[in-house]
Amino acid sequence: MSSVITDDIAEIKQEIDAEEAADPTKKKLGVLFWICVGWIVLVAVTATIANLLPLPNPDLGNYNSVQNGGPGWGHLLGTDDLYRDIFSRLIYGARVSLVVGFGGALIGLVVGGIPAMISAYRRGRIDTALNTGSYVVLAFPAIVAVIAIVSFWGKSLFKITLVIGLFAAPLIFRVVRASTLSYATRDFVLAAKALGASDTRILTREILPNIMPTIVSFGLIAVATIIVLEGSLAFLGLSVSPPTPSWGNMLNEGSSLLTGAKGQTNPWLVIFPAGAMFLLLISLNVVADKLRAYFDVSEIKL
Amino acid sequence: MSPGTLLEVEDLHVSFATSRGSVQAVQGVSLSLDQGKTLGIVGESGSGKTVLSRAIMGLLPRSSTTQTGSVRYNGTEILNAPNDDLRKLWSTHIAMVFQDPMTSLNPVLRIGNQITEPLKIHLKLSKGEAKETALSLLMQVGIPSPVERYQAYPAQLSGGMRQRVMIAIALACAPRLLMADEPTTGLDVTVQAQILDLLGQLQHDRDMAMILVTHDLGVVATRTDEIIVMYSGNVVERAPTNVLFKSMAMPYTEALLKSTPRLANPSHTRLTAIEGRPPDLLHPPAGCPFSPRCPYAQEKCHREKPPLVEAAPGHSYACWFPLTAARPQEVTA
Amino acid sequence: MTDTAVEAEAVGTTEPLLSVEDLHVSFHKGSQTVQAVAGITFTLRRGETLGLVGESGCGKSTTGRAIVQVEPATSGKIRFGDTELTALGRGDLRTLRTQVQMIFQDPISSLNPRRRVNDIVAEPLNIWRIGTKEERRESANAMLDQVGIDPFLLGGRRPREFSGGQCQRISIARALVLKPKLLVCDEIVSALDVSVQAQILNLLEDLKQEYNLTILFIAHDLAVVKNVSDRVAVMYLGRLCEIAPSDVLYEAPAHHYTAALLASAVEPDPEASRSSAALLGEPPSPINPPSGCRFRTRCPRAETRCAEEVPEMRQIAPGHQVACHFPISS
Repeated sequence: MSSVITDDIAEIKQEIDAEEAADPTKKKLGVLFWICVGWIVLVAVTATIANLLPLPNPDLGNYNSVQNGGPGWGHLLGTDDLYRDIFSRLIYGARVSLVVGFGGALIGLVVGGIPAMISAYRRGRIDTALNTGSYVVLAFPAIVAVIAIVSFWGKSLFKITLVIGLFAAPLIFRVVRASTLSYATRDFVLAAKALGASDTRILTREILPNIMPTIVSFGLIAVATIIVLEGSLAFLGLSVSPPTPSWGNMLNEGSSLLTGAKGQTNPWLVIFPAGAMFLLLISLNVVADKLRAYFDVSEIKL
Repeated sequence: MSPGTLLEVEDLHVSFATSRGSVQAVQGVSLSLDQGKTLGIVGESGSGKTVLSRAIMGLLPRSSTTQTGSVRYNGTEILNAPNDDLRKLWSTHIAMVFQDPMTSLNPVLRIGNQITEPLKIHLKLSKGEAKETALSLLMQVGIPSPVERYQAYPAQLSGGMRQRVMIAIALACAPRLLMADEPTTGLDVTVQAQILDLLGQLQHDRDMAMILVTHDLGVVATRTDEIIVMYSGNVVERAPTNVLFKSMAMPYTEALLKSTPRLANPSHTRLTAIEGRPPDLLHPPAGCPFSPRCPYAQEKCHREKPPLVEAAPGHSYACWFPLTAARPQEVTA
Repeated sequence: MTDTAVEAEAVGTTEPLLSVEDLHVSFHKGSQTVQAVAGITFTLRRGETLGLVGESGCGKSTTGRAIVQVEPATSGKIRFGDTELTALGRGDLRTLRTQVQMIFQDPISSLNPRRRVNDIVAEPLNIWRIGTKEERRESANAMLDQVGIDPFLLGGRRPREFSGGQCQRISIARALVLKPKLLVCDEIVSALDVSVQAQILNLLEDLKQEYNLTILFIAHDLAVVKNVSDRVAVMYLGRLCEIAPSDVLYEAPAHHYTAALLASAVEPDPEASRSSAALLGEPPSPINPPSGCRFRTRCPRAETRCAEEVPEMRQIAPGHQVACHFPISS
């Protein structure tokens, strides 16, 4: 009967349709995305294995070199006023930015994100309380609080990361909560409840995969913001102590060498850390944005 | 074109450029509408009926849309006309009522504001005159306590009320032609009846022509003079309402009717479902668009696309083997 | 009760699978309480389809959710088989969920957009750890096949690649993979095109036969409900107006609201008397419902008694119950 042929034609059509439907999502990430990912990975890897690389000592100056020399033989990016190699300091300095950035974001995600998911899903008084609480904390200028706490408690990589991370938590809470809310009210969550799934299962298997794109892209933005924050703290002398290099420190020290008598200026000391920070931040933003766009493919195909 | 003809559409083609190719939303549609008459456009999702209604109004985005053919309102060509020209027609000559009043009304403006806006812009009424007219309109569309409701926001009204407000806005400047795109879809049964009655009454009072676009054959059965059935961007049958239901020629129309559950039928009547899925508008198949799903399809149907022919006065269809010719007439229950 | 026995004779089994008694479900909207369901009583026998019809705000969806226990009942009893659902603890309640399943209105929103279809259908088996991984996969595939979705060609796709009708089929497959006894269908075809609607209704009928399902079919479209149901119950503003076998209800409605609904329905027949609005105005707010009979503000037959006394459900013919002081006499 023609209905059998109809079914076959319909099936084949469906397969082709489905293939085509799957295609558009594959093209979207683009070359720029991968370049930026590559840059971030490069920075992270070189910072991690810096000990193994043939780099001059970042903390001690080598008095054989030129003071405040520009980029040249032996010193790829030049030296600073204490005869230290800028390139090496840049790579070791990346460690601080990365640890504070990713560490802080991670702390924020754990302290802010996890309660957000549970609270948005359960609703009720606790949700209202946490929600209001996050508004209250957000209203307080975080940077002032961080400055106060770090000045009082002391500066170390761990302490700075912890404090910044805790103050990032309310913002992450809000983002994760909003995202969870938009999925928690959908029918498929209700269906899972009706099937007898436990709350934990629903949160991890139904809701989390859906909010993951938002978390990842917002998380990367948070990393970028925290790195800038570290730079600001360093400018106030509140980041890691010298001689440990950090990009913020380098900017701080370098700012005094921007003007002055000839031989006493070294713009490279500002240009390179600023440049490195700029490239890292742009990469993080591009990756975050592209990921968001990639996962934002229209879900409806009626 | 006879003097009473208000709207004439000739061979309208509308396609959209998408990342996956060109979507042929409307493929060569022609229709005409006389003053004071009601035309029903019936079709399912993907039939092109909404695109057709928007194209007639001139509401489709210009950048990605290609529109060819002719749309004449009162003799004047309006297809692809510049927006400035169209603005002179919108609201005062042609008005539209959309499907979902919640998204069609501005949620942050009061109802009163939204009704008086076209009055002030098009009819140049003063603030006081506009408010009086608006209140009168609210009464005409059956909204109780219009003075209170004048100050309300859309969210404070029920679905039926919002749809009445939409109708009031559409009729504010007394248009000659009303386009109603799924005006009652999503509304309760009793509210639907009220809204349809209201539209009919207003149309009668103002001698207005109306185009009723819907997927529900029941809505058009008793309220239209002529019906067009659309499938996959094409008109597949056109006939005066009575004729369509009594002697339908197109197997799709018959299939549509047979797959609709009827109150008159006993419970557990097996519905004759149309197998398969609606066609892909990206790659319309060669031959008749309905052929993959047609229970009567023959080889010719898959190969060649049947043209729309006027077999009887006023009754056109696009089918190689229409029902009336090859089969005994289907008696509609 | 005599009428249950009489009804039962007509259907074949005597045991009600579901028995709802004086169910109340209320919500708190800020400081106000909305009585979405205000005391309804009905039974459902094994193997029958009961249609629950009413307009928006009548509480039919809430009733469905209360039965499936995703919405807590404020008071009243829901008895499933021998078990009193409202008295169960959380653990036992979870176990009972395998026997009562629900399908929702919005086909797209009912499926997790991030998961693959065969995963979605196998999920109930995963939750309850039924069978081995292989067996679960096979059951899921078999179920998909039964609802007309090729598991091998399409099982690895995500919901966004399917049409509304297909998504609804997938939801049905997911609901039936646990072989439940009772299926609650909440407006499952309202968002679908007419031709797709017919496919789904036919599918439901076939599956009902095959799995000996008992169905509570909630909808607002009268013709659809009549087509699918053995008996139909009409709700208005949280209360039941009338329950009767489908054919009887449509031919000889006893409640004025039922009659108004029927008169308002549109029929694809130009000869049919033009459906004029038999009911004017809007339903009152459920926060402040009218005293006595809730329909009295719009009822053509209302008298003083209707405002003072809440009409009880009375039997007026075998299998036909109505809650009205002055029902329409045939």
